[in-house]
Amino acid sequence: MTDTSPSTMTMASAINAGLRAAMERDPKVLLMGEDIGALGGVFRVTDGLHKDFGESRVMDTPLAESGIVGTAIGLAMRDYRSVIEIQFDGFIFPAYDQITTQLAKMHYRSRGNITLPIVIRVPFAGGIGAVEHHSESPEALFAHTAGLRIVSPASPQDAYDMIQQAIACPDPVLFMEPKARYWDKGEVDTSLVLDKLSDADATAALGRARVARTGEDVTLVAYGPTMRIALQAADVAASEGTSVEVIDLRSLSPLDSATVIRSAKKTGRAVVVHEAPTAYGAGAELSARITEEAFFHMEAPVLRVGGFHTPYPASKFEHDYLPSLDRVLDAIDRVMTH
Amino acid sequence: MDAQGPLSDEGLVQLLTHTGERVEHDTYSAYAADLTADDLRAFWRDMTLVRAFDDEATSLQRQGELGLWVQSWGQEAAQIGSGHVLRGDDFAFPSYREHGVAFTRDVDLPSILKIFRGLEHGAWVPSEHNFHLYTLVIGAHTLHATGYAMGLDRDGLTGTGDPDRDSAVICYFGDGATSQGDVAEALTFASVNNAPVVFFCQNNQFAISESTTRQSKVALADRGKGVGIPSVRVDGNDVIASYAVTQWAMQHARSGQGPVFVEAFTYRMGAHTTSDDPTRYRSKADEEYWAERDPISRLRTHLEAIGELSEEYQAEVAAAAKALAARTREAVRSWVRPPVLDMFDHVYAEPHATVEAERAWFERYDNSFTEAGAH
Repeated sequence: MTDTSPSTMTMASAINAGLRAAMERDPKVLLMGEDIGALGGVFRVTDGLHKDFGESRVMDTPLAESGIVGTAIGLAMRDYRSVIEIQFDGFIFPAYDQITTQLAKMHYRSRGNITLPIVIRVPFAGGIGAVEHHSESPEALFAHTAGLRIVSPASPQDAYDMIQQAIACPDPVLFMEPKARYWDKGEVDTSLVLDKLSDADATAALGRARVARTGEDVTLVAYGPTMRIALQAADVAASEGTSVEVIDLRSLSPLDSATVIRSAKKTGRAVVVHEAPTAYGAGAELSARITEEAFFHMEAPVLRVGGFHTPYPASKFEHDYLPSLDRVLDAIDRVMTH
Repeated sequence: MDAQGPLSDEGLVQLLTHTGERVEHDTYSAYAADLTADDLRAFWRDMTLVRAFDDEATSLQRQGELGLWVQSWGQEAAQIGSGHVLRGDDFAFPSYREHGVAFTRDVDLPSILKIFRGLEHGAWVPSEHNFHLYTLVIGAHTLHATGYAMGLDRDGLTGTGDPDRDSAVICYFGDGATSQGDVAEALTFASVNNAPVVFFCQNNQFAISESTTRQSKVALADRGKGVGIPSVRVDGNDVIASYAVTQWAMQHARSGQGPVFVEAFTYRMGAHTTSDDPTRYRSKADEEYWAERDPISRLRTHLEAIGELSEEYQAEVAAAAKALAARTREAVRSWVRPPVLDMFDHVYAEPHATVEAERAWFERYDNSFTEAGAH
């Protein structure tokens, strides 16, 4: 029996516990990836699973990302649910073709006759002082592709729940894990029992944004890696007399527009913060939607805080490249004084 | 022809010469031993029907009924020979020129043209035929085939000890595909996982305009050897040898001995597609050389020589070919575009807010014209 009383866990161990629960529940769930077996993954997210479930369920694959995704598609055609670990964000691109031309389109092109319930876990975003290709935020490249769902948890509890919902979802899901938050601790209630939740309910829950903090003056939208700074900014702004409503998007595709629009109409001001470059990013999409649906409620243009249109810089620059507390507060000031 | 490298005829397994004489092979004759005169006649009939369909589709494209057509001309023996080896539980992953294999998997040939008339991306239900949809991204499906084979193995459906219960996968692709990273990865994954999959490469000598010599310096079958996969070169215009070699390969895979690479050396007698112009990159002499090696006339010569092709049977097949062409023409002309909102169906298995919102918007927009016109 799994102990389901609330306990304190890191995000990495919450994902691990979620994977374990999904594997115990459904023998068709397989883990595939590089170094996820005996090593437990470079971030140890799959720690202990190889030992407990064996190498037929936790597969160390050849070092070939396209091959991992492509073979997972074939396995899904025999009803296996693969959870793939891409070792780092910057290494997903060899699989970009399989993900966008094959995985994303199979349900559509087969008129619903083939479903591919595959989860691709991607440790992403920066802030850990890493070398090139280890700090990137490629989520918009995938959110632009119909057929994929893109989600990102910001807390251990969400990580635990959402990984299981993603596995239950019949559509392909990119599960973007904010690697700088892997070691953040939080209370996790492990009582989520998916047996009682249909695939449809799990999918619907996965696509919902959450109002993380209510406020009246500005809507601050974030997800995954930038949620921590968003909440800090709300604290600082509150001490300066500005009431900030923080929305944790949780899902980029689908985008829970209704929650964002409702808040924007209430506050009349919105700032979006993400690590990915702002140009053509999720913030651009949110800004467009707010303009289209809440234009006459807005007191100021929607502002974006994010990375720049440069390759991810060498790590000594990342403090200035990434959205900082000051840059978020600066944007809040600008929408307030517009 | 004394071509070198990937176009040489070195090591090709042949059981029927290009002049229609039956010859023996130390290893592979045994795998064709079960073929009766009835089987050979059926091969000839199937190849003839597939070519008649192919010709009709080409005409329909010329008449503007299809946006594009991809001919299988010249590759009938490789496809019909290998396709006839497959059993119900085996699963085939085609590229996009495998109309002959589709025929052996009981896909209704005219339905393929729904793809080329722009009505659907996939025109059959794969699980009903154990025949996957066509894949246009070159080589991408070789990984799906490998994953499917890994699944068969996990499900205990291969190497059971009972040859009648075992199943395996066959994956079709061309010479150009062998340069794709996905194919290299598929070979690696199949090899290390001992996956029951036969990689069936039709080397038709052209990737659109590029000769196979632009893809490789060595025989394509050598690609398999590098990762420890047994590899065979077969005369792909010889339906008997194509059958025999595939029979061996599928038995090997089904019995749990792992993947096999088959290179069927053939010639794309038609164009790459109806948009292509082969006169820009190959000679008339080359085409004539290969016309003499036509897979259908080769088998016909053999059957006539052994007195197994009556005029009555030939007339029967000619009538069936004519009927298939007529049915194809009628079917294509009868198809109408499905309702426009179908465009939004099946993007996801579960509802997705963006798709739902866009569908609803488009429906209102579209209806606004109808309502305006009604007043």
